[in-house]
Order: sequence, then C-alpha cells, then structure tokens
Amino acid sequence: MSQLRYEAPGSVDEAVALLASDSDAKVLAGGTDLIVQMRSGLRKLGLVVDVKKIDELMSVSSDGGAWTIGAAVSGAEMNENAALKKDWPGVVEAVDLIGSTQVQGRASAGGNLCNASPAADSVPAMVAAGATAVIAGPNGRREVPVEQVPVSPGKTSLATGEMVVAIKMPAKPARNGEAYLRMIPRTEMDIAIVGAGVSLTLDDGGTCTAAKVALGAVAPTVVIVDDAAKALIGTKVDDAALEKMAAACSAACKPIDDKRGTIEYRTKVAGVMARRAALIALERARSN
Amino acid sequence: MPNESSFKWVGTRQIRPDGPDKVTGRAKYAADYTMPGMLIGRILRSPHAHARIKSIDTSKAEALAGVKAVVTSADFPELASEMSPNSEMVIDFSDVSNNVMARKKVMYDGHAVAAVAATDAEIAEEALSLIDVVYEVLPHVIDVEEAMAEDAPLLHDGMITEGITPTPTKPSNIAKRVEFRSGDVDKGFAEADVIVERTYKTAAVHQGYIEPHAVLASAAEDGQVQVWVSTQGQFMVRAFCAKVCGLAISQLRVTPAEIGGGFGGKTVVYGEPVAVQLSRKSGKPVRVVMSREEVLRASGPTSGGVVETKVGAKKDGTLVAVDAVLKYQAGAYAGSPIGPGCMCMTAPYEIENVQLIGYDVVSNRPKVAAYRAPGAPISAYAFESALDEVARELNMDPIAIRQKNAVKEGSKTVYGVTFPRIGFEEVLEAAKNSDHFKSPVPEGEGRGLACGFWFNIGGESSAACHLNEDGTVTVISGNPDIGGSRASIALMVAETLGIDYNKVRPIVADTSSIGYNFVTGGSRVTFATGMAAINAAEDVIGQARERAAKIWEIDVDAVTWEDGEARPAGSNAGDHDPMSLADIAKMAPKTGGPINGHGSINAQGAGAGFGCHICDLKVDEGTGHVTVTRYTSIQDVGRAIHPGYVDGQLQGGAAQGIGWAINEEYVYNDDGLLQNAGFLDYRIPVASDLPMIDTVLVEVPNDRHPYGVRGVGEVPIVPPMAAVANAMESATGVRMTSLPMSPPKVLKALEGS
Repeated sequence: MSQLRYEAPGSVDEAVALLASDSDAKVLAGGTDLIVQMRSGLRKLGLVVDVKKIDELMSVSSDGGAWTIGAAVSGAEMNENAALKKDWPGVVEAVDLIGSTQVQGRASAGGNLCNASPAADSVPAMVAAGATAVIAGPNGRREVPVEQVPVSPGKTSLATGEMVVAIKMPAKPARNGEAYLRMIPRTEMDIAIVGAGVSLTLDDGGTCTAAKVALGAVAPTVVIVDDAAKALIGTKVDDAALEKMAAACSAACKPIDDKRGTIEYRTKVAGVMARRAALIALERARSN
Repeated sequence: MPNESSFKWVGTRQIRPDGPDKVTGRAKYAADYTMPGMLIGRILRSPHAHARIKSIDTSKAEALAGVKAVVTSADFPELASEMSPNSEMVIDFSDVSNNVMARKKVMYDGHAVAAVAATDAEIAEEALSLIDVVYEVLPHVIDVEEAMAEDAPLLHDGMITEGITPTPTKPSNIAKRVEFRSGDVDKGFAEADVIVERTYKTAAVHQGYIEPHAVLASAAEDGQVQVWVSTQGQFMVRAFCAKVCGLAISQLRVTPAEIGGGFGGKTVVYGEPVAVQLSRKSGKPVRVVMSREEVLRASGPTSGGVVETKVGAKKDGTLVAVDAVLKYQAGAYAGSPIGPGCMCMTAPYEIENVQLIGYDVVSNRPKVAAYRAPGAPISAYAFESALDEVARELNMDPIAIRQKNAVKEGSKTVYGVTFPRIGFEEVLEAAKNSDHFKSPVPEGEGRGLACGFWFNIGGESSAACHLNEDGTVTVISGNPDIGGSRASIALMVAETLGIDYNKVRPIVADTSSIGYNFVTGGSRVTFATGMAAINAAEDVIGQARERAAKIWEIDVDAVTWEDGEARPAGSNAGDHDPMSLADIAKMAPKTGGPINGHGSINAQGAGAGFGCHICDLKVDEGTGHVTVTRYTSIQDVGRAIHPGYVDGQLQGGAAQGIGWAINEEYVYNDDGLLQNAGFLDYRIPVASDLPMIDTVLVEVPNDRHPYGVRGVGEVPIVPPMAAVANAMESATGVRMTSLPMSPPKVLKALEGS
C-alpha cells in the first residue's frame, strides 16, 4: 500500500530539494484544490510539500511601491492588507472571491495559479495587472509573467523541483484602475463560467493610454485580448470603445461546451463581463 | 379540542432537545459510529448507463491482504415481484433488491455491481479496482419522451404498460398509465373564453441532504444483526434489509442515528443491505458511507417530467376545463410519483371538467425516491404557470383568480375525495393582506405568485410515555426526527400532562425498543406519532388517576386531572390534597408499580395543506442570472405546535424549490454518464443566493387531531417553481416553460423575445 509522505520544510531551499527528489511531488499551500483532488482520487501522490511554514511564502511586502505577495498568502489576508488593496483592488478581489469565506482563509494566488485551471479567478486579474511570478528551483530563481505559468488545464511550465514562491505586482501607475468580474450561476462557492480582468491607465485628460484585457474560462489557458486593449487605447472609454472591446473579447473566445456553460453563452457573456469590469476599472482609474 | 388561549406549551418556541448536541458537535451521526474490528465497505459502481453483466471476477480482490469479504448479486436472494407501500410511494421489493446490487444488467451510471469490506479504506478502494467486470454495453435512453418512443432501447424486457385496456402485447418503457377524469373537457373548453395551452418541462432534482447515506452493520454468529443508520425509517430499514438479505425481521435490530437531512430520499435502502451481507460474510462489523458523488449518481432523485397542459377559463375567471398529459421519469425501475402528481395538479381549485393522463416511464437514470410532496411540484409548476397566463390574458389579479376558484370545505377533488375543513381561502386572504403583496414591486423587478397543495398522511405509529421516579417523563417514539418532531412531541405531551416542557425528554428508539412506526414521511410525524404520544400521555394520566383513587380510597371517576395534578372531582369525593405527577410517581412502587403509558394507532384524518408563495426577483439581462430579492411563504399549518420549526419547514421548502427553479439539474453526456455528480456543479442554493424567506402561518386547525395539527413539511416545496417563473414573466415578459431557469437558458430566452 502506498504511503503518503507529508513534509513541511521551513525554507525555500529545503522545499526545492524535496520537490526535486520526486517528480510527482506536489506543493501544498491552502489545499483547496489539491486536497479535494486527492480525496476524489484524481491525484495519487507519494509526497506533499506543505509550504506554509516558509515565511517568504506567507508574507506580503512592498518596496518602492512594488509588491511581493508570498505565494501561499490567503485571499482573506490579502483583503485585510489595506495598502495592497488600495493599489490592486481587482487582483485582491479576484483572489478573495474564490470559494466561500472558509476557503478564502486558505486559498492563495500562488495556489490558484499553479492549479492551472482555465477558470482560475485570480489569473485574468493578475495578467491584466501585469503581475509576475517568482519561481525558485534547483538552478536558482527566475521571474516570468504569470500567464507563462499555466500551459494547459492542470499543467504548468514549472520544471521538476520548481515552485512559485511569490507573486510580484509592479508599482501602481498613476491613473491606473483594474478590476476582475466573473459570471457564476450562484453568488459564491462556484467556478467561473467566464472571467474578465481589465486594467487601464488614463492620461490627465481622461484618454486611455494603456490597457490590458484578460479572459478566463473561455480557452484552455487565460486569453490576453490585444484587440480589446487596442479598442480602449486612445479613447475616453466611451460606449463605442466599450462596445468594440466587448466584441473583441467575444471574438477571442475559444471555449468549450461543458456542464458549466455553452460555447454560445461563454462567448456572449465574455463581452458583457469585460465591459462591466472595464467600467469599474475606469472608475478606479479616474479616482487614482 | 382544548381552547387555544389555555395552551401553556403548544405554540411556544422552546429549545429543541437535540439542539445543544447538534450545535456543539456532540450529536452522533451514522458515519460517526465505530466498533472494534470494524471493516470499511466500498461499492463498485457501473461506468455505463446500460449494460449486460457478462461476468464478474472477484478472485483478485478476495486475494488482496486485508480484504475480508466481497459480495455481488450472487450473495443476495433473487426476489419475486412484491409491492410495498414506501413513504408516499409504492415500491417493488424485487426492484429494491436489483437496485441495491445489479443482477444481470446495470441500469444506470453508478449502479452498484459489487462491494468489498476491508481493514481500511485504501485497501477497500484497491480491491474495487481488482474486480473484473465484463460488460456488454447496451443502447441507453435518458430523456423521458425518448424513452416512450416506439424504438427506444428497452430497460426491462417484460415491462407491459399497466392501466391500458386492452393490455398491450409489446413491452415498452412505460410502466403505467393513470387517468383522472371529471365532467367533460370538450364541453368545458367550448365554454371557455380564454384557453392557454403549453408544454412545461422539469429536470430531475436531488433531495440534496447534506449528510450522505451511512450505515454500520454488525452480524453476530447467532444470526442476529444490529444496524446503525442514517434513515427516515428504522422500521423500513429493518423490513427492507430482511427482505433483501433473506432474514427474519426478528433477526434485525436497527437504530436510527441523528440524521443530516432526508427530505424523502432516506425512505429507501442503498448501502444498508450491502453492509449487512458484508458483515454476515466477514463476521465483522462493516461500515458503508457513500461519497457525495455516489449520492448523486446512485440515490434519489425525484422525477423530471413533461406536462402538456391546456387550461380554459371564462371571462370572469371561472376555470372551466383542464386537460393535461403528464410524463414522469421513474428512473431505472417503475414507480415515479405520477399518481400524486396528477392528483395534486388541480387540487386547489374547483374545476368542473378535468382530464389528467399520466405516464410512469423508466429510463437509464437512478431510481427516483420520494422528495417532499413527491410528484406535486412538477405538475403544480405546469398548472400554476398556465393559470398565471390565464390571469394575465384576462387582466385579472393573480390572487383574485385563485380566490374565484378556490376549494373549500365540501369541494370535490378530481380523485374523488371531498375536502373537510381546509384553509385555502384563509391562505389566499392572508397572502392578499401580507406586507409583501401590499408593497409595490421594486423598480426593475418582477413579482410572481403561485399556490400548492399536499395531502399529508397519517399511518401507523407507536409511542410510549414512561413516568420516571421523580415525576419527569420520557417519551419514546420511533420516527427519526427530521424537522423538530421531538420538540413538537414533547410540547404536546407536556401540554397534555400539564407539566413543564423541560421535564419531558423525548427520544427516538430503535426497532426493538418501541412498536412499529411507518417512516418519517408524508408530513405525518407531528400529526400521527404526535397523536400516539398524546394517547400514551393520556394513558399515564388514566393510570395516575387510578393510583390517586387508590390512595384516597375513592372511585377513579371521582378523580380529575387538572394542571398536572390529580384532584378530587368535587366535594363529594372527599377532602384530599391534590397530587402532582411527582407525588404519584413517588408512590408508584406502593400503588402497583411503574406507570408507563402506551399509544398505538393507525392515524386517520390527516389534514390537507395549502400554501401560497410570493416571489420578487430581478434578472441580469447581460448574463441571464436571476436574483430572488424577496420571498414570502404563506401556509395553512393547522396549528403550529412549535412555530419556529414550522417557519423552518416553510423556509426550507421554499429554498429547495427556488434551487429547483433556478439551477438544479442532472447533466448527462452522450454516453448517458452523469457529468455533475458533486455540489460544485449540481447547484443547490447557498445561503447568499437567497433572501430571508418570510413566513405567514395561517392556523385553521385540523379537527381530527387533539391540537389541530396538519402536516407542514411538504406543501412549501410545491409553489416555488411557478412562483419564480411567474415573477420572471413579470420582470422580463418572458415565459420560461422549462426548468431550471439557469443563466444560459434565461439569456437565450431573453434574446429570443
């Protein structure tokens, strides 16, 4: 009978060494995906490496306006960090709407990213906001845009022995606003049928100078919709621009029909969600 | 009936006896039971919707270290067809046996084919993977209308439709045809000024109890078997396990654990006979606990259905004709609630010309089980939706049209019963006067209203009332408490005896410690078992009066019972100090021994219940998401013995009905495999999905019960689907004729409008 080995190292180096020793080993952060998968028999593991004893993975810090969020910091904790939330409300909200209140006390941005679900809530928000992932491994550290971590449903670009240790958010640009919205049939404890993260920056005259739009649950991995960003840039983010952006989002969807939603529904609602997220982002940009 | 104003306990909100243990986590549920040497049982389930079992090889599983027993259908006696009442439905023991462990064919995704008992869960799981089942996959059918088609794959070669003359010669998936008729529908429609004709569809929905089925069985060398189980009926488990396992009833002793929800779904057996056979074979106690996935794949649900509905009315709102065809999914074995579905459809209204034809149809889905007012919500969704459309066409108020046609004492139903005193008119009046109905509909929202009916049942109950040495009382009954019945029974016993509620301790006993009780179902327990307990308390009073008479040396007729005391009936009886129950208990050893009362009845005269629900909602036109913003459940509850738990029934039924209306459905793929066997994708409402459900308790006492009780637990799930659909039309102008009204379907309907 196979025995599950549980380790809770106190440092990144120890964690990396453990992960390097077993190619099937998995990192345990909040466990809100991993434990569910293990219990349902989807994953049979020999080694679980709990990273919650590593300070770096459990702390949030800022340096010159840029933020470093430990990969295992829970959504609830991020939400209680007023300064972080003031800078990046869309990202914080996206992490802290996962599951229910109980789950939000455990689920983390790093875990959500590495679970590599197409419907991960935090990912479109982080992508739109320009977040990067700090990855530690046997050969040292590297930093990549978060969208480079998930490569297909359930699979990441991490090599054996590698783990995400932190999410980095850039210094908040002036007059930037970002937001994430998702469609779920319930009000909580559900998985996005469509998710949309939008970040946009205005000049002093209120014209959009930069934008990034990312969609979740409409393709195997997060979709960055350049045409949607282009539809906003150079405009006052008026109705016509929003309409064009929504159309670009719908056009960029490559969803599947499944128990959670149809191709038709996801395609249509992607535009609706992106438009609503853009309006919130716009409001935030104007007040920043 | 006692005067209401004189009640001391009935109608008050006391702490439930099971409450403290539940909120502190001390309450023991079936999965918490453990025994020395206990094994873990696991069930192997069909990966196919429909397949012939060519062979099952269990030798590798049996050889695995730690495996102590493996069973298949070969370990269960093959049973002949034998019908038995089961909650509000009827079942065939042969089907029960075949559903518990597939014989020859698997009938649905998740159908049990074998089971193992091992020293731990991991070994049991591994053993399952070592069982080699060879299947010949057969064509399957999921949809009810496709299953009725001439060329549909047949589930049962010998299924000849009952209720058709002449008897068909060819088998089909239609188990039964039923018909209810009054007047002449052609004549009725000829008189109608307005006719609405629509087909309404509902999805199969699960009862959604939070606690999965769990059982611990322990078979001893002498053939005696003890069972601890999560069930709505320990006597049902005893009888069904005896049948399915080939035992005498006296060989089984079944103890019901605290139960984490049932709603009708725990009135049948699944893993219970499996645990018994595994225990008999291994000689060890065996616990079988279902996972949520197993619950959804292989237990419950209630039927989905198609209801072709035609309703005719005159200009003044008088309903003149209803013609409907109802097609209900039974699951893999016959026995959908098609009968009650037909009977309840038009029951709240006096309609001269009615024709209802129902079909009970098998398909490759799990066998349906009872679910709160089984059958009624499906037909009520259709009828109350159509009635709403009639009212709109006539520009009539939804309450006014219902008042115009409402049944009252003396009204005759299409199924032949003449109503005694009922409270539907009072319910409609209360709805009209409710804060909710009187308040304006908020901007951007829509309001809908719908009504519902349920018979409620009585049936066999036993209770005992033991007078303890210190004058406190133990009340023993035999119905698992799924809705606060222990509190209600204790309140009625306290009222009857005239003692403090906190001196009455109610318990739910095992099958060997109290006489027979029919299952907890049909909203019968507070009514029927409550009545048995009242009888038992009155038996105690009778004995207490006899003891006082003995002590006072007077005739028992000269002793009355008032305010919890024996008193001389008058001055002729002599001058004696009153004796309390405690005084009499103290003297009991010297006056004849222990004082124990008994009540055994087959309760008649269950009072029918009527409800009216009002729903406000808003619809997100960009996503099709529906938000219920305000909801009120109004119901004739006879008399609310414990108003708090009656409120809870009205709220719970409404919550489940709103889930049924908006999101719940079984999603099958093309291979007939269930895709959403978990609460993530089988969406019962979560707390944040619902507003506070307001209640209005209307009390029209049932004169066939000492305290006026009517069953209350089922009516509240009947109106919500139509209430939501009717509110949807008010909000959007779109009529949703298919459940669930999930965001993709609503968005599509909005775009089509």
